[in-house]
Amino acid sequence: MSVVLEQIFQVGFLAAIIRIATPLAFATLGEMFSERAGVLNLGIEGIMLLSAMTGFTATSLSGSLWLGVLAAVLTGALMGAVHALFTVALGLSQHVCGIGVTLFSSGLAYFLYRLIFGQQSVPPSIKSFETLPIPVLSDIPVLGPAVFNQFSLVYMAMAAVPLAAFVLYRTPWGLSVRMVGENPRAADSAGVGVIATRFQAVVLGGALMGLAGAFLSMVQFNAFTFGLVSGRGWVAIALVVFGRWDPWRSAGAALLFAFVDALQLRMQASGLGHIPYEAFLMLPFIFTIVAMAVMSRNAIAPSALLKPFRREER
Amino acid sequence: MFRLEARTSTSAWFNLALPLLAIGATLVLCSGLIALAGAGVIEAYGVMFSASLGDSYAITETLVRATPMIFTGLAVAVAFRAKFWNIGAEGQLLAGAVASCAVGAIPMPGPLAMLLMALAGAAAGAAVALIPATLRVKFKVDDVVSSLLLNSVIFYALMALIEGPWKDSFSGYPISPPIEDSANFPVLLEGTRLHLGVVAAFLAAPVIWFLIARTTLGFRIRVIGENPEAARYGGIHVERVLISTALLSGALAGLAGVSEVGGVHFQVMSDISPGYGYSGIVVAMLARLNPLGVMPAALFLAAVMTGAEAMSRATGVPAFLSDVIQGTALLAMLVALLFTAYRIRRVGAAR
Repeated sequence: MSVVLEQIFQVGFLAAIIRIATPLAFATLGEMFSERAGVLNLGIEGIMLLSAMTGFTATSLSGSLWLGVLAAVLTGALMGAVHALFTVALGLSQHVCGIGVTLFSSGLAYFLYRLIFGQQSVPPSIKSFETLPIPVLSDIPVLGPAVFNQFSLVYMAMAAVPLAAFVLYRTPWGLSVRMVGENPRAADSAGVGVIATRFQAVVLGGALMGLAGAFLSMVQFNAFTFGLVSGRGWVAIALVVFGRWDPWRSAGAALLFAFVDALQLRMQASGLGHIPYEAFLMLPFIFTIVAMAVMSRNAIAPSALLKPFRREER
Repeated sequence: MFRLEARTSTSAWFNLALPLLAIGATLVLCSGLIALAGAGVIEAYGVMFSASLGDSYAITETLVRATPMIFTGLAVAVAFRAKFWNIGAEGQLLAGAVASCAVGAIPMPGPLAMLLMALAGAAAGAAVALIPATLRVKFKVDDVVSSLLLNSVIFYALMALIEGPWKDSFSGYPISPPIEDSANFPVLLEGTRLHLGVVAAFLAAPVIWFLIARTTLGFRIRVIGENPEAARYGGIHVERVLISTALLSGALAGLAGVSEVGGVHFQVMSDISPGYGYSGIVVAMLARLNPLGVMPAALFLAAVMTGAEAMSRATGVPAFLSDVIQGTALLAMLVALLFTAYRIRRVGAAR
């Protein structure tokens, strides 16, 4: 146990947690915006993959990292718009569309990557961002170098959480999002454009998923590999539920998952683990399923989740 | 201006035409990618067709490929009929594969082994599907998310097995020990991979069709899907039917895993399913949830998958085109289904 504790309070370990949590935080916030507006986006897994591919490709071809990030965000927003077109504008079933978006985006990502880069024995990589130490704060012992000597995208994720909470709870648009997710009929009566608000929320969510993808291919791995996302999108779906559709709790859930994941990686590396590492990777899913069973009595999920809105139907 | 108008009924030919329309639209849309890859569209689709359906060997390969998707397609079709949103066919397939592999490794007479493999695989799949169904019935937990998340749980359980107790101690590869030779499904045509599981899949489809269309359970499944209030009013125990549906659906998905283990791979590895569970959703939607339609729909996807490899070799178009086609076909079908519920009407410009 003491060995484990020693591992935890290391700069490298804390930094690893932050790095694992970052794409999950973006993805979770993205899914949360979508679901708060009443739209489940199972396209997340594919959207992250396609964005990771376009971001990597744009950087690889242009040499500009930020152009890559922009490409990933635009890709995410575009795929969000596709999902919104089907589920919000046309009112098609959200889960089936989401699977369709994931199948389509993943296929397209691999297809285009193979087309652009061909089949190479060593996958091409890019030179990623340098870490950006924040003056003063990065001098705090242990915490400083782990948390405040990070990549700019990590700081963006840290800023995104309070920003998302502010937007959701303190702005008129955030209120509209919550209304159309809870009671679209009432929102419509109050003059809120249900279709427009949902559309915007899903597109914003897609853009955030795009950032998650960008982080994976441009910071975490510096390359686009097959199975790059490997279920992180599904993890985000779980974290949104586990975080009760709240930005702070969802980000907390992402951190908690990152902690378990980092611990698992450490134990694997140090040969300490007698427990198979897969047991750790299963945890977020099992916890979420159990949490859903416990929470369902309180009905915390957005009431109109999965329900399309058509004005003429009563 | 155009507007959507509700429609009450559609003709039979229209129902048949819809999937064809969706597939046609998909092929047209995806031809853009072929052109982008610098290949001739006609040539690429031509190679795809001849390599998957052009000669008898190609056809047997396509049939073998279609088999797991017939099972998962049936699993999804049955579940969706009852509006039990089973997105977990992938995990149920994996559970079925693991269970049948465990049974198949026990030395016993071949026919007995195959029977027990099928039973164990179906039971394992059903057990997994029982979880989201029970959670929905008892705790009102959304079945979409719970069944989806279970896929990851089962996948990691499988990984723990093949990287742990089942790991090949000789090569160190994460693959399970093979099943007994006697448990390998017999090949029905010399020189091909056409195995017993293929026949089982093509028998399962009409059986499930009969079950859905002509039996009391099938009637109940349809009624709780179409109108649960009416079902309850009519004395149908909705929760019980939902559980039965889940068991049936999970068992079918489990059989997909059984047929892959017994007829194709003879062992379990991490990539035993390239997403056949999700493909099952595409198949079921293309089939409009009709068990008989599942067969041609699965054959279409299988042909695309088999053909894509050959197309890639001949024209240089990445074989991942088959994945794009799958996703596009699902989305196109969903849009096409709109025409069954609505018709587009031209209305005069509003004043």
